[in-house]
Amino acid sequence: MTTQTLTLVDARGLSCPMPIVKTAQAMKAIPSGTLLEVLATDPGSLKDFAAWSRTTGNELVEQSVDEGVYRFVLRRK
Amino acid sequence: MDEPLNLVLFSGTDDKLQAAAVLTAGAAALGKPVNLFLQYWALDAFRANRIAADHGLAPEAGRDGRAAVDSLRAAGQASWAETLRQAKELGGVDIQACSLSMDLLHLDQTELDPLVDGVEGVTSFYLNAGDGQLVFI
Repeated sequence: MTTQTLTLVDARGLSCPMPIVKTAQAMKAIPSGTLLEVLATDPGSLKDFAAWSRTTGNELVEQSVDEGVYRFVLRRK
Repeated sequence: MDEPLNLVLFSGTDDKLQAAAVLTAGAAALGKPVNLFLQYWALDAFRANRIAADHGLAPEAGRDGRAAVDSLRAAGQASWAETLRQAKELGGVDIQACSLSMDLLHLDQTELDPLVDGVEGVTSFYLNAGDGQLVFI
């Protein structure tokens, strides 16, 4: 089994487009194949993270929402 | 995503600059190159000594718009200059001052914020714009 380190980006309270910008910055700093967990409260996040994943090729592994906090797990391409 | 997004910034009010910064950062996050061309009052807002000043809002904002913008800022929204800084950190964002507007405002590049990469004329802007979309704000 491969070890997958999980890096956290806490973008709660940040407005669009900062959650995506912080995610893109963090993604550049981690090795290919590793996971990034993002927390965000921006209401555009659901559509934005799906679109960002599709365009950049970084896989959206998990997404959920709990009391206004969106959680995404992405795997670097 | 290879064709750049080309934004011509004309207006120097904080709301329009914020809208432009959001478009820039979003495109940069997607890996799309962005060229910004600063003209007139937008260029004036990039003066190093005034970039963080209050540049007002477009007339249609009115009093309610002012209050809405202030409340978003109070909630911690990044300024347009900070948003552009973050976008530039991602790479692929080039910010050029229009040479005609530099003359108009009697500006020297040393007076501009380091966000501005250089000064160019409209021909150079079009050359770099290629077949990418062009947006005027």
